[in-house]
Amino acid sequence: MTHIELTVNGEKRSDEVEPRLLLIHYLREELGLRAANVGCDTTSCGACTVLLDGRSVKACTVLAVQASGHEVTTAEGLSEGGELHPVQAAFQQEHGLQCGFCTPGMVMATVGLLAENPHPTEEQAREGLEGNFCRCTGYHNIIRAVLAAASAQAETTQSTEVTA
Amino acid sequence: MIPAQFDYIAAESAGHAIELLAERGDDAKLLAGGHSLLPMMKLRLATPELLVDIGGLDELAGVSLDGDHLVIGATTRHGDLAASELARAEAPLLAYAASQVGDPQIRHRGTIGGSLSHADPSADLPMALVALGGSVVLQGPSGTRIVSADDFFQGYFETELAPDELLTAVRVPRRPGVPWGYQKFVRRANDWAIVGVAAIDGRIALANMGPKPVRALAAEEALAAGASPAEAASLAADGTSPGEDFHADREYRRHLARVLTRRALEHERG
Repeated sequence: MTHIELTVNGEKRSDEVEPRLLLIHYLREELGLRAANVGCDTTSCGACTVLLDGRSVKACTVLAVQASGHEVTTAEGLSEGGELHPVQAAFQQEHGLQCGFCTPGMVMATVGLLAENPHPTEEQAREGLEGNFCRCTGYHNIIRAVLAAASAQAETTQSTEVTA
Repeated sequence: MIPAQFDYIAAESAGHAIELLAERGDDAKLLAGGHSLLPMMKLRLATPELLVDIGGLDELAGVSLDGDHLVIGATTRHGDLAASELARAEAPLLAYAASQVGDPQIRHRGTIGGSLSHADPSADLPMALVALGGSVVLQGPSGTRIVSADDFFQGYFETELAPDELLTAVRVPRRPGVPWGYQKFVRRANDWAIVGVAAIDGRIALANMGPKPVRALAAEEALAAGASPAEAASLAADGTSPGEDFHADREYRRHLARVLTRRALEHERG
């Protein structure tokens, strides 16, 4: 067993884990955080996407020991004070989901994308979600949600600046 | 899918990692981003007894200049290489190749040293390194050696890297402002190239046209003799021995090599 210390959704965690334990299994089975899904289990579909130090990663291809000393954010950790995160709200508003299985991964990939590029063009949004598959093929509304979230975040930033 | 059991040690330095490799030999594997190794371990195609994690070693990451070479640390992640202003200015072909690996999540984890050591003939960075005439720095218990890309790639997933050596850095000649071309044909988003082409300065490298990234030597010679891009590209598949799979048979791959080489040469960027 290997000792790991990491922060998950703002809470410090300390655990003894098998080195072979995958981050996705640590989150789902050990911590009960079930938003991130196991889809393809081969680094393709993106259903297991979480943020590691703010950058999107596929948790099926990261060992829990590799996350030691780092910060992990899952969809459970996005909302503050019961309010949906702007990306979650945009997915709801634009109906950026059908069956919902890919949605937590899509949302986390979008949060990561907007952190790197707050104002993506439609093409950049599509390329930015290249690593996430929706097998319902509901991509158009997902892209609308990404662009709506980017606009909403820009407005929030502007109004904060005005207030300040 | 769950990997077989293994021991895990986070290396304290490059030297520490090499000591561990010397002690454990072929039973040990280096782990950095894990985006080639972990999938193989999950499929139990690889069952190392020890993983030596070098992913956290700052001394192995980063992009810098050394005379007329750009030097990229082995654990530099694809996304960081793609975004590096220095790399984009001095070796834009390499930075672009890094931006074409997999998808954003994969580029946030995968490293250049890992991709080159894995030596998938369909991958972006091995092809780019061959096109650029770059080299790799290999450090082992008996010292450091620099091996050219042409010599480093030996065959299908085979390299010159010895079991007790660590690939510490990648060196490419600085090529600011030199036109280059890059083409990659895929059937699905974030997939490996069915065929890829990287061209710069009269050198043409092909991905997935054989067991390792290869030069299109006949096309290069034609270019040097003054042939047009279209004439040179018609020779791009000469001397290659592409494999066959459910994506493409040999003849289709040869066709793609010719078409993509023409596009790479005609639409050179700079």
